[in-house]
Amino acid sequence: MLKDILKILENDARATPRQIAAMTGMPQAEVVKLIKKAQDDRIILKYKTSINWDKAENEHVLAWIGVKLEPQKDVGFDSIAEHIYRYPQAKSVYLVSGTVDLLVMVTGKNNHEIADFVSQKLSHIDGVKETVTQFILKRYKEDGEVMESEEVMKRQAVVL
Amino acid sequence: MTTPSRTQKHRKQHISQRANAIQPSGIRKFFDLLDSIDGVITLGVGEPDYTTPWHIRESAIESIEKGQTMYTSNSGMPELRKELARFLKNEYKVDYDPTCELLITVGCSEALDLTMRAIIDPGDEVIIPNPCFVAYGSCVTLAGGKPVHIPTNEANNFEISPQDIEKHITDKTRAILIGYPSNPTGAVLSREKLANIAKLALKYDLTVISDEIYSKLVYGVEFTCFASLPEMKEHTVFLGGFSKAYAMTGWRVGYAAAPKEIIAAMTKIHQYAMMCVPTMSQMAALEALKGEQDSVTEMVEDYNRRRQVIVKGFRDIGLSCFEPKGAFYAFPSIKCTGMTSEEFAEKLLSEEKVAVVPGSAFGKCGEGYIRCCYATSLTDIQEALKRMGRFVKKYKKA
Repeated sequence: MLKDILKILENDARATPRQIAAMTGMPQAEVVKLIKKAQDDRIILKYKTSINWDKAENEHVLAWIGVKLEPQKDVGFDSIAEHIYRYPQAKSVYLVSGTVDLLVMVTGKNNHEIADFVSQKLSHIDGVKETVTQFILKRYKEDGEVMESEEVMKRQAVVL
Repeated sequence: MTTPSRTQKHRKQHISQRANAIQPSGIRKFFDLLDSIDGVITLGVGEPDYTTPWHIRESAIESIEKGQTMYTSNSGMPELRKELARFLKNEYKVDYDPTCELLITVGCSEALDLTMRAIIDPGDEVIIPNPCFVAYGSCVTLAGGKPVHIPTNEANNFEISPQDIEKHITDKTRAILIGYPSNPTGAVLSREKLANIAKLALKYDLTVISDEIYSKLVYGVEFTCFASLPEMKEHTVFLGGFSKAYAMTGWRVGYAAAPKEIIAAMTKIHQYAMMCVPTMSQMAALEALKGEQDSVTEMVEDYNRRRQVIVKGFRDIGLSCFEPKGAFYAFPSIKCTGMTSEEFAEKLLSEEKVAVVPGSAFGKCGEGYIRCCYATSLTDIQEALKRMGRFVKKYKKA
């Protein structure tokens, strides 16, 4: 039940409890209750909008930073990750398998700002052994949305 | 130097009796009106608003790139029939021999036409529910048969009743043609109700032609493949396709599954009329069956959400609407306005720029209803409901 609500909200954060109730056949009061509980339990973290910043302004750069860690004595990966994510520039922080340990998504006004963040803040954190910065040059698809609008074939208005 | 124009005397063309016997669409006037208006929100479509999933399109593109452009076997690619047999066994618990009991056709539409031409003799009667898909009656008539329409109504959820079928069985009855989930009503028949039809097929030795094109589009109910019922495999021509479940309407690929004598007869006609289904469409169909099925599940979930919105929406604006459990159509009644289906549809189109299909297009028992397709965006559905709400408020009789 909650899963149905979450799927709708993930795709359209503006869906109202009334609309969600209509789509799922659940009573509206039940929808409101489940949403509130999901918010309290931090299953729903935030309601956001996907923006194509490339079309909105020029001052928006994204980069993925791969971070190799050296765990400190009595300090695991978690506390290093916490140290990183406390920076507002670090929009996403993940523990990953493979050649790096953490993947950090960073935003800034320009490449310079991101490079400064990496060299002056990120690299100096205890436990950070190495960083690999990859600037995002072009976004093709994000959050399930293709950035360039595709030509859609018009359907026949009436088909029996 | 201009060539003098030759005025040719108009020649009266001879048209065959069988072509004249089938009627053109009774709502031609409505189509013409639709063409003349801009900015219409249409609930009149009859196909998914999804594009074919990418992995399916990709496999067709690859097959073209590899130069797979020749004819295939008339019955369809052997690997497609084999995969289809496996799929039907897993999904619907029916066992068909891919070498002689399956035929790949140009859409489920061709499968229906072939079935009629293969098993109906002039004067044979075929029992059909009313309202029903527009092609049913015409395909029977084209094959020289006589469609026998059984009324269904909102009170019995537009389900064809075995008692009514039995009343209409004569010594000329050859077959019963059913299509559940239904276009235009969205009705679905339960296993028990289908079993009652199966009893009639056994009692009177009839063939049941079961159009199951909407088999994947069911909401909260079980879908039963007619051929899977006890002893029904020998009595069934099972018609299916890829158009609705996999959003492959334009690819024109479907299938028939039936006893080998019927498939042999259908294949004979198909090989002369069609040769084979387009090769790249068959490659796409193969990928549809073998590949991931998540996209089908997501589409069905999405249709279900819209179904609930549209049915509730109709009821909220004062139209009675039986709850459709399948396909992607709602069939609300507009009798409260006192208008005919056609009047309602034409006025709604002119005054509010919303297109719906008059229920009368699907048979006498569709009069007083409209067919509304919810395979369109939620935004469009919500806006259409708003406009229809205004319209119904204006014309609803106290």
